Amino acid sequence: MDDSSNPITRRTLIAGAAVAGAGVLLSNLPSDAQQKAAPQPGAASAPPPVAPDDPTKAPGAPTTAVGERSPFVHPQRSPVGEITGTSFTPHQDLSGTITPADLHFTRIHAGVPTIDPAKHTLLIHGLVDRPIEFSVADLKRFPAVTRTHFVECSGNGRSAYRTPKPDMTPQQVDGMMSNSEWTGVPLDTLLREAGVQSGAKWFLAEGGDACLLARSIPIAKGHDDALVVWGQNGEPLRPEQGFPIRLLLPGYEGNMNVKWLRRIKLGAEPFMTRWETSKYTDPLPDGKARIFSFEMDAKSLITSPAYPEKLSGPGWWPIRGVAWSGRGRITRVDVSSDGGKTWLAADLLTPLSAKAVVRFERMWRWDGNETMLMSRAVDDQGYVQPTMAQLKPVRGPGTDYHFNSIRAWRIARDGTVTFEANT
Amino acid sequence: MSARIAALLVCSALAACKVDARNDYLGDKSPKQFGLGRAASAADIAARNIDVSPNGDGLPAGSGTPEQGATVYAGACASCHGANGEGKPPAYPQLVGGPRGNFNFASDFKIQRTIGNYWPYATTLYDYIRRAMPLTAPGTLTPDQTYAVTAYLLSREGLVPAGTSLDAKSLAAIVMPARDHFVPDDRRGSTGGKNVR
Repeated sequence: MDDSSNPITRRTLIAGAAVAGAGVLLSNLPSDAQQKAAPQPGAASAPPPVAPDDPTKAPGAPTTAVGERSPFVHPQRSPVGEITGTSFTPHQDLSGTITPADLHFTRIHAGVPTIDPAKHTLLIHGLVDRPIEFSVADLKRFPAVTRTHFVECSGNGRSAYRTPKPDMTPQQVDGMMSNSEWTGVPLDTLLREAGVQSGAKWFLAEGGDACLLARSIPIAKGHDDALVVWGQNGEPLRPEQGFPIRLLLPGYEGNMNVKWLRRIKLGAEPFMTRWETSKYTDPLPDGKARIFSFEMDAKSLITSPAYPEKLSGPGWWPIRGVAWSGRGRITRVDVSSDGGKTWLAADLLTPLSAKAVVRFERMWRWDGNETMLMSRAVDDQGYVQPTMAQLKPVRGPGTDYHFNSIRAWRIARDGTVTFEANT
Repeated sequence: MSARIAALLVCSALAACKVDARNDYLGDKSPKQFGLGRAASAADIAARNIDVSPNGDGLPAGSGTPEQGATVYAGACASCHGANGEGKPPAYPQLVGGPRGNFNFASDFKIQRTIGNYWPYATTLYDYIRRAMPLTAPGTLTPDQTYAVTAYLLSREGLVPAGTSLDAKSLAAIVMPARDHFVPDDRRGSTGGKNVR
């Protein structure tokens, strides 16, 4: 459904949410209010676009240097406007699997740096035979690969887990996951260039932003599918995605995919940075906390029907959504239109590649009664997305990160759709 | 049929012949090394080699006391983290004063995780402050100031006695209360659903 055909326009509703979420400040953990904000700047106040009654009777606009979206659509991230904060991808506005680069979610810890690619270098040192410094031009001379992978913040779904509300959009529920086609050089190629010493078990990846964000990563990941990328969806990385280069660790939590990558240091032990000890660790009910919980578990999200849509009446409706797993390929997505009592396999509309988003769809004939829609992802490791009733006792209500329980949407008799976290 | 065409046909029949000839120009696609980039000098490495490990590797010379750190804190940190490290939630995290004694954070997300009850390594404080703090002027504290403010925060959590001069050796020797609470990820191999871990 798009804005023009929906009796309750998304724009109006979201503009209201933006006002409710105003006054939000900087936080290391995106607060509730931050995740609520989904402003549509200008959309509410700008005059509606005017189209001629018959566009075939007058010439259109001339060619332009850079294209723009139709004035009839307004996909927007939800920026908090701070240098440590987030902006979420508007899943409800997207189709297919690729997230437009300007709508890729962001999580920044000290602002987006402005980096001159001619001056930027990547240093590889530590337990290597040959410490090397690569310019960006050097990196582009290596044999490249192009692969599609999602990046998901491990805090994605935090509000839905801790403080769910009926009026949460797909963007507010899971907007810290985006999917792109990335181009770069396998990290293994660079490690071969430097000569990894036998004692190297971990590497530190460090960014060139104002907090020098750094994470420890097992060396095996560096030899496996890690990439140093410069291209995203056919163009150079956007600054907020790490221009000129970032680390891409397929399937691993977003924070480890270090943007503005400037240093890789090989060592025998993990480095125990703040982002892998104080943050990005997961308290458990047994009085422990998981550390180095890298992989993102399988998850799915129905993006339509979803709040704030309203179904205009009974009949056939597509249930559409996205699914992904950090451990491999999605092999099946089940959907339920009766609150989880029965499940049917959805159609998977896109190629099933590892650690990448797939789009699913299942046509559903709504009889006009109250019900609840749900989706459940299954991956090639045999992992089945758990319900909230399965996940919460194991992790605890106060745990942090890795919130992948089944999400649901309640359908009311009048066609309104609201979010339900308790599955 | 000319001799030249005959030679070409032979070459085509032996497909590798043609490909090899072309590869003389394209080179080996996967050599051991491509030789790109330039050797990094000791100075290149030193300019970026700022990480500090739990065993103290990477800590610079210098020292500071909690008392000296209180002054640094008041000038560089208190505007965001509060006069006593209480933070300004939800905007700025609380640094010290979180509940101690049981590690029950999973029971309620409102239980504040602070340096004394959650950080497993004291060296991480030095590493992080040097990297990232203060937020609006990172990298401006001297090694002595960084040791001092680290000592101040640890003293506020009761982990360093007043008057202690903290340096590379003594900082790495501190055993944090939360150190043994961290366990490796055991989710791999779980089939999710009712077996979720």
